[in-house]
Amino acid sequence: MTVKTRITRQKRVDWAWGYGMILPLLAGLGLFYFYPVYKVFRDSLYTVGAFNRSSWAGLANYTKMFQDSVMWRSLGNTLMYAVIIIPLTVVLALILAALLNTRIRGRDVYRVIYFIPTVTMSVAIAMVWRWIFNGDFGILNHIVRIFGGTPQYWLSDEHTVLLCISIVSVWMGVGYNMIILLAGIQGISSNYYEAAELEGAGKIRQFLKITIPLVTPTLFFVVITTVISTLQIFDVIYMMIPTKSIAMSYAQSVVMYFYRNAFEYSAKGYASAIAVLLFAIIMLLTLFQMRIQKKWVHYD
Amino acid sequence: MENKMKLSRSGRHPRYGKAVVHAVLFLGCFITLAPFIWMFLTSMKTQVEAVSIPPSILPRNWRPDAYTSLPEKLPFFTMYWNTILTSLIIVAGQLLFCSAAGYAFARIHFPGRNFLFILCLSVLMIPSSFLILPQYLLIQKMGLLNTLHAIYLPNLFSAFGTFLMRQFFMSIPLELEDAARIDGCGHGRIYSRIMLPLIKPGLVSLGVLTLRFAWNNLMWPMIVNTEKTKMTLTAGLSYLQGQYISDYPSIMAGALLATIPLIIIYAVFQRQFIEGIALTGIK
Repeated sequence: MTVKTRITRQKRVDWAWGYGMILPLLAGLGLFYFYPVYKVFRDSLYTVGAFNRSSWAGLANYTKMFQDSVMWRSLGNTLMYAVIIIPLTVVLALILAALLNTRIRGRDVYRVIYFIPTVTMSVAIAMVWRWIFNGDFGILNHIVRIFGGTPQYWLSDEHTVLLCISIVSVWMGVGYNMIILLAGIQGISSNYYEAAELEGAGKIRQFLKITIPLVTPTLFFVVITTVISTLQIFDVIYMMIPTKSIAMSYAQSVVMYFYRNAFEYSAKGYASAIAVLLFAIIMLLTLFQMRIQKKWVHYD
Repeated sequence: MENKMKLSRSGRHPRYGKAVVHAVLFLGCFITLAPFIWMFLTSMKTQVEAVSIPPSILPRNWRPDAYTSLPEKLPFFTMYWNTILTSLIIVAGQLLFCSAAGYAFARIHFPGRNFLFILCLSVLMIPSSFLILPQYLLIQKMGLLNTLHAIYLPNLFSAFGTFLMRQFFMSIPLELEDAARIDGCGHGRIYSRIMLPLIKPGLVSLGVLTLRFAWNNLMWPMIVNTEKTKMTLTAGLSYLQGQYISDYPSIMAGALLATIPLIIIYAVFQRQFIEGIALTGIK
């Protein structure tokens, strides 16, 4: 009897500690994450005007979105960013990770240097690249002139602006993914390589037949996170392209357009509808990737 | 015989291969560092020299004017202080809240634990830009726009951090806890005296990741605080670029000064930084 009451008392103390320790986190997540999720869905059905006065709009924001050519162009731009940035970032990161995994002199120095863009703020990165791409005084045009090419207004030309932003994004994202992939590659047992060495497989064959298949779980993670972050591309565009530039419509991403609606045009209901669409796209793409991972990800 | 041939084939050009690897890695380093070098070189020029055609690579005379005149153009020191303060609060808050919740999820049995944990994890699926508008409206309703509280408040709580901390607590053997319990320690003591010191690498990793996020975050600080004295460095730089559109030496000086602290911290805690990032890929 006494033993039983002691146990239940102990249990109750445990429960109290358990709930007590997660309470601050749950309260914070509730206020700043769960409530906002509800709020976005709700606001997307309202017209939220100046001073946050809102009136019921039904699906008007959504129908407006499907007829909005700027929205479609932003979506197209975003997909274009995804198509350029994701493969380039992942492939470059994988190659660099594999090279840095070899026994080579100065490996640690390389590792430190490649990682610097990852700790640098994207704002500063965008500022210096904007200066490099500058059509009048930029160093890139100077180099182009030396090689006898024609200088370009890289960031105000509709044909080059998206590519320039993509290059900067790849430059920024490679180091981060390289480190994650390097950790994955280092987890591969050296037995595989020793066996391959005995079989006479060259380094490139080893990379293709051992490294790539065995690093696929990490690769899967890298692809998922790169897709999510690329679909939300904002900082670089915001810092490199002036809002009034004619090139903006050729560079604008969905999040950029969302931002302008929410905080420049003060169309918060419409912005919420855009946010819902983006959320749905990211969700579907992630679920789709989870689905097809069995086809290419090898778990031991 | 055949075996021997194969062996010699694989070892045919080890030196040639190494040279190629070095060449590729070196080129990569140059591409990585060149923008930073250009940032520095531009910041040491006068405004006139920066826009001369053809551009000079090295400054004709090295002048730190762009740096010394920066405080006249914007409250740079205040912005610096705002960034340091809010980043530290965010790091401290996440370490505290995430480690406490992570401990409870990993080590204490209580009803509804799994449900609540999955609820936390569901937050991971929400893209950050999705939340920013309602978070802004919330801060506005609280009357906190243009205060430093606005910058750190929503960022004190992290589902990812909780998940990471839980993984670390799970890896500690049960025997340790049992021994402490027999000695009469409660959860408070076990958590603070035994467990936290044991998961120090995890705390460092989370701290490093959070610092990187807090220091470099642009959209949130920019929308909640529009008063210059309440801005962080990212928003301040955006303002600088907008106001002094052709003063490239100042813009580059500002950008460089804003990034230097993290690069120094990275140089010092290099291994922890890399481990911290590598941990984000844990399976």
